[in-house]
Amino acid sequence: MSIYGFLHRSALKQLPECLNEAGYRCIGPRVREGAVTFGELTSIDDLPRGVGDEQRPAHYRLGEREDERLFAWAVGPQGLKSWLFTPRETLWRSRRDDDGRLYFETGSPADDRPLAAIGVRACDLAALRLQDAHFLEREPDPGYRKRRAGLFLVAVDCTHPAETCFCHSTGDGPACESGFDLALHELDDGFIVHAGSEAGERVAARLPLLPVGEEQEAARRDQQRAAIDAQQRALPGRNLRDALFANLDHERWQAVAERCLSCANCTSVCPTCFCHSHEEVPDLDGRTSEHLRQWDSCFTEGHSYIHGIVIRAETPERYRQWLTHKLGSWHDQYGRSGCVGCGRCITWCPVGIDLTEEATVICAEAGDD
Amino acid sequence: MTDPYLPREAEILERVDEAGSIFSLRLALTDPRARADYAFAPGQFNMVYLFGVGEVPISVVRLRGEDADFAHTIRPVGRVTRAMAELRAGDRLGIRGPFGRGWPLELAEGGDVVVITGGLGCAPAVTVVHHVLANRERFGRLVIMQGVKHSDDLIWAEQYARWREAPDTRVLLAADQARPGWTGQQGLITTLFDQAEFDRGRATVMMCGPEPMMVASARRLVDDGVEAGRIWLSMERNMQCAAGHCGHCQFGPRFVCRDGPVFHYPEVAGLLGVRGF
Repeated sequence: MSIYGFLHRSALKQLPECLNEAGYRCIGPRVREGAVTFGELTSIDDLPRGVGDEQRPAHYRLGEREDERLFAWAVGPQGLKSWLFTPRETLWRSRRDDDGRLYFETGSPADDRPLAAIGVRACDLAALRLQDAHFLEREPDPGYRKRRAGLFLVAVDCTHPAETCFCHSTGDGPACESGFDLALHELDDGFIVHAGSEAGERVAARLPLLPVGEEQEAARRDQQRAAIDAQQRALPGRNLRDALFANLDHERWQAVAERCLSCANCTSVCPTCFCHSHEEVPDLDGRTSEHLRQWDSCFTEGHSYIHGIVIRAETPERYRQWLTHKLGSWHDQYGRSGCVGCGRCITWCPVGIDLTEEATVICAEAGDD
Repeated sequence: MTDPYLPREAEILERVDEAGSIFSLRLALTDPRARADYAFAPGQFNMVYLFGVGEVPISVVRLRGEDADFAHTIRPVGRVTRAMAELRAGDRLGIRGPFGRGWPLELAEGGDVVVITGGLGCAPAVTVVHHVLANRERFGRLVIMQGVKHSDDLIWAEQYARWREAPDTRVLLAADQARPGWTGQQGLITTLFDQAEFDRGRATVMMCGPEPMMVASARRLVDDGVEAGRIWLSMERNMQCAAGHCGHCQFGPRFVCRDGPVFHYPEVAGLLGVRGF
């Protein structure tokens, strides 16, 4: 029987302490520059206490709440992705000696301590599984594998979805069902805690857990129901591959491109987008050079460049590449859609393009579930 | 665990200037054990790194078919390949690879082999010709068709002349624009198809070159009675990692670097020639 109990709000501070003692470096949601993003946690006081959010297409604002809740907001622009698939990383360094001989060495991660992430939402757990499939199956990526290997996940059920959220329609939330070490469900006076792995059991065993009362169970069910009911958006089906590829000439691609700035905000905030480019940065001394990788986007001109040709020179082609990949080709590549319903691409699109609306129009006559 | 991103040092043993600005580099890994172990399948590619400048994917070939080690034939068109044009014998490069899926040479055994190439597309297909000629008894007729935009673009004229003399081998050349004295056909590559004698039912076709040329050729072949399942083609896309991670080379659901660069025509026929993919 896995550990399941109630943790009083005042006792949550013991969680990062337990994790630190177990050798983890804790990260979690923090308010930074007007947004909730993941950062290093030194104590539970770093969490966004009494913070709420307001999101809609092209709109994100934080506000104050009248309670002490720590997780009463929907996902901010960045969750876990940047901690595992780093925005910029050295892949190798090379050196050339006076005789022109070359020497290569692997780039190494800055901090080897395993990470514990507190406050991961169900959509981001689903996105993590997809990033794992991309970076670990077939040819494992050394840097990603190293950072992923020790990761401890403290998930939190989403109780306050944003207007842009649609994880219920993709089947990825709002409650966390698997893929975590510990899961929390926040109530007014504390948290229902549930261990999901052996590592999670070991940490949970050190927390002062109380039995979960009937009222608390009822409150949790009500909150979960409300979080589903609050979601106003939905994709028109879980597998839109055939519908999208049957509509490559749909007039909507042109119409959406007239609004799209090709700015790549959507791919930057998307928790599953994996494209990255390689860049060579030679040192001024002429003897050493670094080979980096950094996040890239299918909305850039360089993404499809090949010996003098740009395959996707126009925005309609770029938007179509993004959507047919995200909601279509992912099924062939990784057995499911690449969209987890987090809604970030809608909130952070500067012109408020709504992927669920575009997909609905383009797939109007098809789409299964 | 080996690091798929780490290049190995290679030395340029020989540089050969081909037609126009095109040049070939014959290379060997400098570590003796790595050099002895290095093996590639025809149709695969290496990531070739120039110190301080960057990496590019280039098809692996053997310069004259029988040399040890490996070679790359390069046309200076981008930032990295233009810098590579300055390279000389004795210079060093970084090499990752070989990567990807090569030509289906075993599947082709027992039947005729048709090699269709366009532009510099001949480089990856040259290895097919070398393989068939080195194992002549395992294959039927060999038909080589090469199309170029202008007759001046033809590289390896001597090689084609040599292949013309090989047993049971036919070489057909076409130039869209031809200089006086051009002995090949004038027109697109498909104008050669009527002259090409091969068993439409049992031949294996391998193509490499510009996509419009491959689309037109594949459709014409299917019309002529060649099964789509007997046609293979080599594709090019932006490739930066060669590990199926960076995402640039995606063609619909395929990662060209890992699932290709050689594809079975039915795998890619749906999107081939569709603008933007």
